[in-house]
This record gives sequence, structure tokens and C-alpha cells, in this order.
Amino acid sequence: MNVDWELVRTSLWPIVQGGLTGTIPLSLASFALGLVLALVVALMRLSGSAILAGIARAYVSVIRGTPLLVQLFVIFFGLPSIGVVIDPWPSAIIAFSLNVAGYAAEIIRAAILSVPKGQWEAGHTIGMSPALTLRRVILPQAARVSVPPLSNSFISLVKDTSLASLILVTELFRQAQEIAAFSQEFMVLYLEAAAVYWVFCLVLSAGQTRLERRLDRYVAH
Amino acid sequence: MSPTDPAAAPSGAADNPVLSVAELRKSFGSNQVLKSIDLSVSQGQVLALIGPSGSGKTTVLRCLNGLEIPDGGRVAFRGGPAVDFGQRVSRKQLAALRDQSGMVFQHYNLFPHRTVLENIIEGPVQVQKRPKAEAVREAEDLLRRVGLHDKKDQYPHQLSGGQQQRVGIVRALALKPALLLFDEPTSALDPELVGDVLHVIKELAEDGWTMVMVTHELAFAREVASEVVFMDGGVVVERGHPDQVLRDPHEERTRQFVHRLLNPF
Repeated sequence: MNVDWELVRTSLWPIVQGGLTGTIPLSLASFALGLVLALVVALMRLSGSAILAGIARAYVSVIRGTPLLVQLFVIFFGLPSIGVVIDPWPSAIIAFSLNVAGYAAEIIRAAILSVPKGQWEAGHTIGMSPALTLRRVILPQAARVSVPPLSNSFISLVKDTSLASLILVTELFRQAQEIAAFSQEFMVLYLEAAAVYWVFCLVLSAGQTRLERRLDRYVAH
Repeated sequence: MSPTDPAAAPSGAADNPVLSVAELRKSFGSNQVLKSIDLSVSQGQVLALIGPSGSGKTTVLRCLNGLEIPDGGRVAFRGGPAVDFGQRVSRKQLAALRDQSGMVFQHYNLFPHRTVLENIIEGPVQVQKRPKAEAVREAEDLLRRVGLHDKKDQYPHQLSGGQQQRVGIVRALALKPALLLFDEPTSALDPELVGDVLHVIKELAEDGWTMVMVTHELAFAREVASEVVFMDGGVVVERGHPDQVLRDPHEERTRQFVHRLLNPF
């Protein structure tokens, strides 16, 4: 196979640009929103209210039990038929954050439960409300536990955002697709896209390691 | 670090106790842990709660600050709330009750993600909304008193158990509660570290702090406590002056318990 290195060179920047202006902002926005929602869902499950816990369980079950692509299509192609039309970008962010929340909620719930009960009691005895104890005592400790699994979720999300190309969001993979269609060099362009995703994920993994080290400073080794 | 409460009680202030507890009851499922406990602690008194494990002494402590909700009975603090657990008790009532006391745990329960100093000022700054500089100054004074000022920027895991427990005591003191609760404060410590912690508690007693302490340290109870309460099976079996209860108990169960603790083999 002859590699057209000139094509590789000229297409690299548009693909990276698709990553910088599409994949990364899409991932960051979806993950941030997803985490907030995940915390709410986790707290609903831990609330002690059967109704809230039931809703949260059903939510997690539906999200985890259906394909992300289907969720994306329901929002972008399905909702217009009942009169709700959402642009590609917001559709993608909604679908990805709902999806991330389903997985992250379980991670956060487990992390909260991993903090010893004595920490809640200590917060109580120095006069803290449950909400303040959660914020100042429990969540900082739960964060440390949840960084590795949440990093996995984030790295998965970065790759999953390639699905947004199917609803016309111009991100990394869609750039590669368009250049490939034009040049007919599918192998070269898709491998190039794969390489760029890989580099992005290497950077994220390095960031994860640094974050873990920072959060580990108060733990005995 | 003497208690700030200006209403230093006149001697024999049993009529005007800091804490009075009447007919306290608590069950876990079908297990009735407290059957009807009456207690009263006067200003500056140190009450030692002793008894075999499962006798309910820790549960008494935990009922005083809302870590457990009693099924019935009354808990009243002088100048503070009187709560009747026979009726519905609101969150606000529980919070008011809880704010009367500071608690020292068997396993310290320090916040591992905060330094020694941050552990201590957390309550004063976050809950009592006092100025941080003032809270830090007071915390440093207290740390100096317990010999740990040079550890103020360390994390709990960098300290020995005895040091962690002294930080736990300072964390409780920093809130200036009317009453200090100690739940077996030396039971988790290596034997050679027990002395340092007991020494601090003894100093607090001499400074006039009012305390309720669950303990197995009978020698310490005899030296420091003003009253010893022996519990077994969810009831108070015997109470009185430490010399009497620990040396010359009236009740057979007390006698057996004390004998077993003093002669473990």
C-alpha cells in the first residue's frame, strides 16, 4: 500500500482542529453536566426515600440498558416528530451527559458509601448539617476513590463523541470522514483519526495520574 | 482552656445540673439496649460510665448528641434545650441538643484529608462562623497545651494514635461545648500511648470541664472521676463515689465486673 504522506500532512491539522473545536469541548461539557446529574442521581439513591431511590434506579437501568447511539438518535431524530427540535450540538451534549450520568452515578454512589460512617458522625458532632458534612467531609474523600473509575468514563466518553458525527456535529471523526470521502483514502484517514484519538487519551491518562497523586497526598502508603 | 461557661456552679449543684437525663430508653430492633437510664452531671463533674461490652454505655453517650435517637426519655441541658423523646423531636431540637456537647471517639474519626489545624478549625469556622484568624489562634493555643503545636500542618495519618486522639480532643474543645463526651478514648491505642491521652483528659478535668466518659481504665476513673456509674444489661446497676463503687461495690454484678477487669487471668 502506498501511503500518500502529503495527504497525511495536509489532513492532520483539520482533523486535530476537529478534535480541539469538536471532540474536546463536547467531551468536557458533557462530562461536567453528566457529573452534576450523576451526583444528583447518586444522592437520590442514597436518600432513603423509596420514591427517589426508585426513580434513580430506573434511570440508571434505562441508560445502561440501551445503546448510546440509540439514545442519541432518539433525541436528535426522534424528538422532532413530537415537536421538539434540538440542534446537533445541544442534542449531542444532552445525550452524552445523560449517558455519562447513568454510569457515573453508580461510581459516585459507591465512592460515597466507601467513606467510613465515623466521618459522618464526626461531622455531626462538630455541628455540621448532613449537607455540609457531605460537601466538606464526605465528597472530598469520595473524590479520591472515584477518580480512577471516573477517568475511565471520561476516556470512554471522548471516544464515544465520535458518534456525534452521525448527527452532523463537526468533530474529529467527521473531519476525517469528509476528507476520506473526498480523497477516497479511507485507510489512511481513519488510521490518522485513530492516532489522534489515541494521543488525546494518552494526555488524559497522564492527567489522571497527576490528579490521583495530588488527591493521594493525605493517605498513608 | 477552662470552660467558658461563666455560670460556675456552686458546690453541690445537683439541683442545677449541666446535664440531666431521665428515663432514657433505646432499642435496636427487638434488642432493648437502654431500659430506663437516669443521669445527672453537675458543673465541673467527671462522670465515668463503666460496664461490660453491650451494657449500653456507649449508646447512652450517643443518645446525648443525637448520633442515636432515643425511643423515649428526656435529655436537658442547663440553659439549653430540654428534649422529650416521648414526643416527635424536630431536627432543630436535635441540632440544639447536639451543639451542647463535644465528642471524642474511640477511633478518633479525624478528617484524613485535612491537616491537624484544619481539623480543629473546621467546626469553629464552618459551623460557628467565627473569624478564621481567631479560630486558628485558639487552635494553636490548644495544640500547644497538648504538646502538638509542631504537628499542626501534618495530616492525621502522619501522627501516632495517641497524637491523633489528642487532636480529636482539641477538635472537640475548640467548639467550647458545655459538656465533653468521651467514648472509650484510649481503647484503640497501643498501651504505651494511653498515658499521654489520659494525662490530657486529667488536665481538662482539673481545668473544670464537665465530662461524661465511657472507659475501661478503672485506675483512671478512680483518680479523675467524681462519680462512677456501673451499667449492665441496659440499666444502671450501681453509682457513687469512685472509691466506693470500685473498691467496695454494693452490688454483686459490680463486684464481679471490677474483679474481672483488675484480674484478667
